[in-house]
Amino acid sequence: MTWTSIFIAGILTYFTRMSMVTLIKKEMISDNLRKILNYVPSVVFPSIIFPGVLLDDFGAFVTISDPKIFGAITALVIGYFTRNVILTIVSGLSSYWIVIFVF
Amino acid sequence: MRSKYEIFKIGIKDVAPHLLSVFPFGIIFGAIGIELGFSPLFTYATSLIIFGGASQIVFLQLLSGGASSLIAITSVGVINSRHFLYGAVLSEYLQKLSLIKKLFISYFIVDQGFAVSNQYFKKNPAKEFNYYHLIGSGIILWFIWQISTIIGIYLGSIVPEELGLKFAIPLTFIAIIVNELRKFDHVFVMIISGLVATFFYNAPFKTYIIISPLVGLFAAMIINKLKK
Repeated sequence: MTWTSIFIAGILTYFTRMSMVTLIKKEMISDNLRKILNYVPSVVFPSIIFPGVLLDDFGAFVTISDPKIFGAITALVIGYFTRNVILTIVSGLSSYWIVIFVF
Repeated sequence: MRSKYEIFKIGIKDVAPHLLSVFPFGIIFGAIGIELGFSPLFTYATSLIIFGGASQIVFLQLLSGGASSLIAITSVGVINSRHFLYGAVLSEYLQKLSLIKKLFISYFIVDQGFAVSNQYFKKNPAKEFNYYHLIGSGIILWFIWQISTIIGIYLGSIVPEELGLKFAIPLTFIAIIVNELRKFDHVFVMIISGLVATFFYNAPFKTYIIISPLVGLFAAMIINKLKK
């Protein structure tokens, strides 16, 4: 039963990946739609970032002094100025650890 | 002109920094599977068959918590529905490929690969072998995800939970969006989608993950109307 559910979940996930790639034809995408699709990364990733930073494992708001808030702000600032992926991740993670382990 | 192999390698190189968070996340996932009481094979099978980090965790958590298969499967579908948006964006660039190639590449469409390859496609418009970038980024992400899941299954318990490595996930996505932080309209839709996601986080079946991007896209539509 549970093995069947892995396969169904896998097929469903694969469907979410292949459907648009195989079904959409170029002429279906107007210039206006293309402009809107340009925003896809800017609407999807914050939908993962915000709850990941602002909420705890149980879905409740963290406090303003939470290490995740400090880590995220550091990563945003470093990322904004350097545009370097490694520096963004490393600075975020290390500032997060500093708050956890040093303070 | 760049050869297929060169573009494939650029794809690997472009996504490589993100492996810094994908790798620990895979270890965490493997460890969670075992901790929840699933067998190594069952835990690993989700990485091979579903291949979608956050959705795999939710899937196993729901099953172990006694939820019905239907609820677990529905949640996976909802969490992964964001791929519809990725597919819609990528379709333009994969247009000319044969159906077989499209079906093959589709399996490798994941968050970080989509993000870096989409950036490459925008910078190098209409080059014949561009899709090799997506194959490169996708295959290396796939490979690292498989390996890290297996490491997590067998050695995950030695990674101290106090490290809070789950935080690497929001960080990898922050590293993606920093490119757009200089554009006011993008920052605006980011804040809207982020806040909507936060406030709808407890909505059933993790629907927040698709509600908030759609609200964000609607906001983008309005902005574009106002600009004219």
